[in-house]
Amino acid sequence: MNTVKVEGTDKGHVLLLGLSTCIWCRKTKEFLESNNIQFEYVFVDLLESEEKDKVKETLKKWNPACSYPTLVLNNSSCVVGFDEEKIKLELLI
Amino acid sequence: MNSEVSEKETENLYKKLKSAADSGGYILNPDNSFTLALIEGLIVNEKRYGYQACPCRLASGTKNEDLDIICPCDYRDQDINEFGACYCALYVNKAVAEGKQKLKPVPERRSADRKDSTVETFSAANLKYPVWRCSVCGYICARTNPPEICPICKVPKERFEIFMK
Repeated sequence: MNTVKVEGTDKGHVLLLGLSTCIWCRKTKEFLESNNIQFEYVFVDLLESEEKDKVKETLKKWNPACSYPTLVLNNSSCVVGFDEEKIKLELLI
Repeated sequence: MNSEVSEKETENLYKKLKSAADSGGYILNPDNSFTLALIEGLIVNEKRYGYQACPCRLASGTKNEDLDIICPCDYRDQDINEFGACYCALYVNKAVAEGKQKLKPVPERRSADRKDSTVETFSAANLKYPVWRCSVCGYICARTNPPEICPICKVPKERFEIFMK
């Protein structure tokens, strides 16, 4: 998966699946940035169809509703939507 | 901000949506910068796909598959009732608008594996006219064809489905 990497404090692997037009995805990204979290993100709406399908399959595994933003943490849990409290808990912020 | 969309375009669509919301009994999110960002997303999607798909959902690029998520989406009213806001929170209820209710993430109501038609069609005893239902606001009318635009929420006739015939 071609992701954009953002440097910061290592709190494990943090992957944000989002849409470039989605304000909640933007808020999630800004929240991670403002808390100096190291993460990777991908805007699924900007991908070419083949890559898009692959990422959608990955998303479906974590979040069957296939909604955005979805934050995959350490390849073991996920947070759906911009749920600030839950993200804080999961990332110990 | 997005370079593909001019401030003027965003402002024009905002005015249009605001006036439609005011006259239809809906409330646009009073957080202006938030609302303008969503409206910008709608314009990006219109340019990209040819229709104003919900900025917080992934459009397929095929209009017929996405009719239910063209803003205002088919899920707006239910989500406002249940969560105080539609899925992206462009539209909110009075309590949220007045700051008395806090916005929380609205779960996706749309099924990922949806086929089509969410409404079951009832076949009644040979109605003289079929009954059409607006999938956005629930307006119902009995006539040969749906109206060109919904007289209540102003969406085009493609958003109508047969409810009873």
